Amino acid sequence: MASLQDRRVLIVLPAWNEAESLPAILTEIRSHLPGVSALVVNDGSTDGTSALARQFDVEVLDLPFNLGVGGAMRAGFRYALAEGFDAVVQVDADGQHDPRDVPMLVEGLEQADVVIGARFAERDAYEVRGPRRWAMKVLAGVLSRLARTRLTDTTSGFRASGPRAIRLFAAHYPAEYLGDTIESLVIAVRSGLTVKQVGVAMRVRSAGRPSQHPVKAAVYLLRACLALGISLTRRSQIAVETEVAA
Amino acid sequence: MSGQLFAEACAVVTLLFMIELLRRRRLREKYVVLWIGVALVVLVGAFFPRLLDQVATVVGVTVPINLILFVGQLLLLVVCVQLSAEVSTLEQESQTLAEELALLRNRVERLERAAGAAPRPPSVADPDPSGRSPG
Repeated sequence: MASLQDRRVLIVLPAWNEAESLPAILTEIRSHLPGVSALVVNDGSTDGTSALARQFDVEVLDLPFNLGVGGAMRAGFRYALAEGFDAVVQVDADGQHDPRDVPMLVEGLEQADVVIGARFAERDAYEVRGPRRWAMKVLAGVLSRLARTRLTDTTSGFRASGPRAIRLFAAHYPAEYLGDTIESLVIAVRSGLTVKQVGVAMRVRSAGRPSQHPVKAAVYLLRACLALGISLTRRSQIAVETEVAA
Repeated sequence: MSGQLFAEACAVVTLLFMIELLRRRRLREKYVVLWIGVALVVLVGAFFPRLLDQVATVVGVTVPINLILFVGQLLLLVVCVQLSAEVSTLEQESQTLAEELALLRNRVERLERAAGAAPRPPSVADPDPSGRSPG
């Protein structure tokens, strides 16, 4: 818990039409993590997410149109960089991430630049099957070798980034499909940042669950592999990114 | 009206149309150069039809019309890819602008708060007019 006080921590919640679940998660953050700054990035919502967030003691970034999680997070990283935060923790606004795990993630930043809250590590209560599971296994295998550490849940959006990662991501957070999870890890590792994971329990989302439909899952598998494959072949960017990270 | 006269007229009209678009600044120079090039090639082809046969023989295409179809299709492909690349650049630029805008909006809000300005109704972002989803 010490590091929560040592560091200036910013919780970033990318929110796209999350008016239903946002109040609950913000209330939890306020009660479990008093004094920790939070930033809601309203990703072009049309359901009053922004007005709702303003009723809480949080900062709000209003994107004029929908950019996707990657764009929302890059805005969050740029805010963190400008305001001098030492750690950014991404928490999904749909309530599947437990704010009580945030201190654990931030503590992990002592040993790594990026800490992933992985739902398959130790505390498991979440089951996926079929192509989606294979995709996760393949991604985990490749990224584990790349990062030289055991990663089991590479598509988890629950993650903490240290100062070096904030500087890198403020300039180079990918906005493409799955870029915010897979490609951002590849960029981080390629730029010499260290990655580790800690086990967290994921909760059932307050609104909806990820699709288990076989066709959708297969499309997900293909797009995930494409995203990974392409980001692995991008060598030319590394020189630039290392400069930023240094 | 002979077929050749028709071809020549079409080529001249196309060329003039491109130049006119450029002159009125309806098309930017970097896009119009390609089309002027195409119009010029068509113009040359229209005035010297034998040239096509000769070129087809040189590159080993038996039926000259196939050469035209192939080159035309290739050209369209190149243009499509070029436009996709331009759209990608534009998307990236608009993303950066959207982020800047959000950050500045937040900054203004905080400055107003610090200055003790009367609380105004939150400036809720406009509904996404394009209605596109992420990814």
